[in-house]
Amino acid sequence: MTPSRPLGLIAAFAALAVLYALPAIAPRALVQDLFGVLTLLVLALNWNTLAGFAGLVSVGQQAFVGIGAYAMFAAIILMDLNPLVGVLIGGLAAAAFALPMAFFAFRLNGAYFAIGTWVVADIARLGISQWKALGGGTGTSLPKGTAKDMAFVDRIKAALDVSSAAAADALTYWLMLTLAVAMLVAGHVFLRSRMGLGLQAIRDNETAARSVGVDPVRLKALVFLLTAFGTGLCGALAFIQITRVTPDAAFSVIDWTAFVIFITVIGGIGTLPGPIVGAVIFYALQRLLADYGTIYLIVLGCLGIAVMLFARRGLWGVFTGRTGIDLLPLTHRPPKSAAPQPQASRRTA
Amino acid sequence: MAILSLQSVSKSFGALKVSDSVSFEVQPGEALGIIGPNGAGKSTLFNLITGNIAPDQGKVLLDGRDVTRLPPMERVRAGIGRSFQIPQPFVHLSVYENLLVAARFGGEVGAAEAPGFCMDILAQTGLAAVAEKPSGGLPLLQRKRLELARAMATKPRVILLDEIAGGLTDAECGELIATIKAIHAEGTAIIWIEHVLHALTSVVGRLMVLNFGRMLMIGAPDQVMASPEVREIYLGIEA
Repeated sequence: MTPSRPLGLIAAFAALAVLYALPAIAPRALVQDLFGVLTLLVLALNWNTLAGFAGLVSVGQQAFVGIGAYAMFAAIILMDLNPLVGVLIGGLAAAAFALPMAFFAFRLNGAYFAIGTWVVADIARLGISQWKALGGGTGTSLPKGTAKDMAFVDRIKAALDVSSAAAADALTYWLMLTLAVAMLVAGHVFLRSRMGLGLQAIRDNETAARSVGVDPVRLKALVFLLTAFGTGLCGALAFIQITRVTPDAAFSVIDWTAFVIFITVIGGIGTLPGPIVGAVIFYALQRLLADYGTIYLIVLGCLGIAVMLFARRGLWGVFTGRTGIDLLPLTHRPPKSAAPQPQASRRTA
Repeated sequence: MAILSLQSVSKSFGALKVSDSVSFEVQPGEALGIIGPNGAGKSTLFNLITGNIAPDQGKVLLDGRDVTRLPPMERVRAGIGRSFQIPQPFVHLSVYENLLVAARFGGEVGAAEAPGFCMDILAQTGLAAVAEKPSGGLPLLQRKRLELARAMATKPRVILLDEIAGGLTDAECGELIATIKAIHAEGTAIIWIEHVLHALTSVVGRLMVLNFGRMLMIGAPDQVMASPEVREIYLGIEA
């Protein structure tokens, strides 16, 4: 382990502590801004696992955001459930939708898979537009005060001495931050596991992976399902804060997939810290170029192209390659005693 | 009972019969060599045994169990290991990790035993010193060794070696033969396709000759090599 690694971890924990303290020390607008960035970060962490590690370049992740959001609205409006239970239902509904979606999309490969997922997502958008109980094509709003009536909002309001609305923002912000941390940890644990190792083998050589016993379809389907769950949770939580849902907003390919791909690609696709780097850069650009309207999108596009041409592993990939520093390495190191153990675990006969 | 048994296995690519009613058996712990001119269907035969290609007709039995319909990954778990003619390492993974994948999936080795298990195989195949190196940058001999080591990590009861000695110098070839002999001595059955005849005959007990997808002859190496037909077809082309 290089001496830079503990330092990096200390810096990461310090940054995390500041982020958690933010609602108590920063203006509400900043908390709301960062909520949006964290939403994209959670989506990017999921998309990175899906595309960067499982090789499933989906352009239809907005399907899971939209279904998560609508399932959450249905849970609150039609079933009168607690919003936080609604978020969980959102995640489960997205995972449930991933099953039939995988059934169709997994027949396709590469670019066809990307287009196929996009088409399925649009079918989901059109289907949801027919749901009259949730406003059909024009959408619907959460009942007044839903966010403010969430558990803990009163206590946060008292503790921080802010309005109910600000307290609700703080709660959703903390939940999204926790979701981001949980996704990062879960991603690391998963990729370091037996299944993560199998995924990396498939990424390098699918034929060889099969010939050493790895089942590519099963592993990819599992990742598709798990990331659909994560994406659905994130979508549901995002729309609690937004409080209003329409099919076009919930199933937006620009907001929920294009930005997410941009963040992952410039940060470093196929590296765990990549999406974090990408999200930070995305936020910085957003602030810098906020006054320039459409030019902002053109700059984003050019930057994305430049990174794809000149730094294919993204900015984090370049940094790791130059310095050898990797905060969340996925390598499995051989046991220390490299000397051969006397036939201890070799099979008999 | 035979560990591996092929029963009239046939496969055509269009009008070309690449495998024409091939039948043979391999006994537990046996070493069988396969020779034949280029295009005789040797690698296809391996792909039929491992499940990468489905036969048009015939059966593949492992320990008497019909595995003809099983996909490659399940045949690996059942005990058929293979090395590729052109080494196919997982290039972004280290040598050790290449083995770890094979041990954890194909060999179904538990998380606790896997590291020691892999290191033992790396030591046996002469790769312990490069365990942490990325497999993508290895020289040819070590890539060949890695093919062998990775196949071993799937805990095969029969291992298929596809021209593993091809392209090596005599000294390198000698080292590899010693390793293969050691693996064979432990009781693993071997089926070995090879053009380097002296390498093959120093290990195998039986030799099989393929030509145009058909099995021409099978028997003791010196008998097979003494056959005028084999000399004409095989050595005639080689010379």
